[in-house]
Amino acid sequence: MEGTMHADAKIRAETGTESGPRGPGCSLRHFACEQNLLSRPDGSASFMQGDTSVLVGVYGPAEVKVSKEIFNKATLEVILRPKIGLPGVAEKSREQLIRNTCEAVVLGALHPRTSITVVLQVISDAGSLLACCLNAACMALVDAGVPMRALFCGVTCTLGADGTLVLDPTAKQEKEARAVLTFALDSVEQKLLMSTTKGLYSDAELQQCLAAAQAASQHVFRFYRESLQRRYSKS
Amino acid sequence: MLAPAMAEVVAVAAESLAGSRARAARTVLNQVVLPGEELLLPEQEDAEGPGGGGERPLRLNAGARSRVRVVCGPGLRRCGDRLLVTKCGRLRHKEPGSGSGGGVYWVDSQQKRYVPVKGDHVIGIVTAKSGDIFKVDVGGSEPASLSYLAFEGATKRNRPNVQVGDLIYGQFVVANKDMEPEMVCIDSCGRANGMGVIGHDGLLFKVTLGLIRKLLAPDCEIIQEVGKLYPLEIVFGMNGRIWVKAKTIQQTLILANILEACEHMTTDQRKQIFSRLAES
Repeated sequence: MEGTMHADAKIRAETGTESGPRGPGCSLRHFACEQNLLSRPDGSASFMQGDTSVLVGVYGPAEVKVSKEIFNKATLEVILRPKIGLPGVAEKSREQLIRNTCEAVVLGALHPRTSITVVLQVISDAGSLLACCLNAACMALVDAGVPMRALFCGVTCTLGADGTLVLDPTAKQEKEARAVLTFALDSVEQKLLMSTTKGLYSDAELQQCLAAAQAASQHVFRFYRESLQRRYSKS
Repeated sequence: MLAPAMAEVVAVAAESLAGSRARAARTVLNQVVLPGEELLLPEQEDAEGPGGGGERPLRLNAGARSRVRVVCGPGLRRCGDRLLVTKCGRLRHKEPGSGSGGGVYWVDSQQKRYVPVKGDHVIGIVTAKSGDIFKVDVGGSEPASLSYLAFEGATKRNRPNVQVGDLIYGQFVVANKDMEPEMVCIDSCGRANGMGVIGHDGLLFKVTLGLIRKLLAPDCEIIQEVGKLYPLEIVFGMNGRIWVKAKTIQQTLILANILEACEHMTTDQRKQIFSRLAES
């Protein structure tokens, strides 16, 4: 089985408009990623951001039911299972967000009338869950060998009552924040693939958060590269 | 506290810019490439014209240089005049054997799922018999179809003896993303050439596609070493399936375990295990 890749991805994210860092909390938590750990799925990955951990399995391109098949591209399905309880409406909406991000990136036209299924299981939730799910899904899709036009990553940031920007917040920081914003960015030009926000913020603050997320995504992509290089160097 | 932080961010910005620029394919050979990277193809000047004596023929498009014809293999797609990497793996290149052309570029990736490719020899399991065709499961997204006439010496009156659940070794004649894959058990001359129904004993097991390619490489020593251990029959399918048969069930299981473990073992560990088995 493939080894674990740990990275100390601590950065100080600077917003585009200011000269100094916003506050003491602008840093990403410790990352860890493991690939190819499940034997049944075609691709699998486990991604940890601090204490938040998500396990993903990818099946595909596989058979699809005639009712669900699309004649010119692959049918992408995402299933998200919470740690406790039955999946509810929140999981459903997260599934749709992850699905839209994956569809923008996966080259479905190469496998028409097939299905690509992404199954996510939340192992532990300590803040930034959607970003962790996106990162784990990307690593699992790469492990499964699904053709993609770019890699993608998720970054969460929160705005405090006084305007402080915190990247990769913990659960406590998310609860106390005025607004929580999650962005999915692609690896080619850090373009925005998906954004979901909750709370109150001005459009200048939105731009600042997006710029900070784009800077943070560089570190996530560098971590992906190191992790994958290490995996292929073993063979 | 501030100065190193600013330096770090500046360094990150510079790195990110470098990463987004396309790199020449030959500088990245045998390195790990990620989906989304763009590679520049090598451009080549025209050879000297028939004028001789260092004369250059006049060309109407004096500014543009002609490009070499390069074949784009698995894991790469054409994107304008560049190559876009779509799978993660090591970039490989093979020089053209003869004639012009820039050779083949492809990405060596590790995968478990098989996608049918025309010309591949695969092991399939017959799942259904409907009318004149058999439905064969090859591990792809849909079962392949195999006509009963596609066996050596088969005619409408002399049907091949194939039952549901049999193992078939055949090759794809039609395999593209839009159509159902079709396979046959004869080559273009009508001879079986080793294809057809595989015997009833033995063991079929699944490995990754990369391991199959490694075992089938011309310079692979694993198969020679395995052959020296026990007399055996072995069939490799490009869809990740291997069928093995030795004299006893125990030997068959040992061989199956060795081949499955070959993926994760280094050469030394493998030689140790072989020498231990040869002694016992």
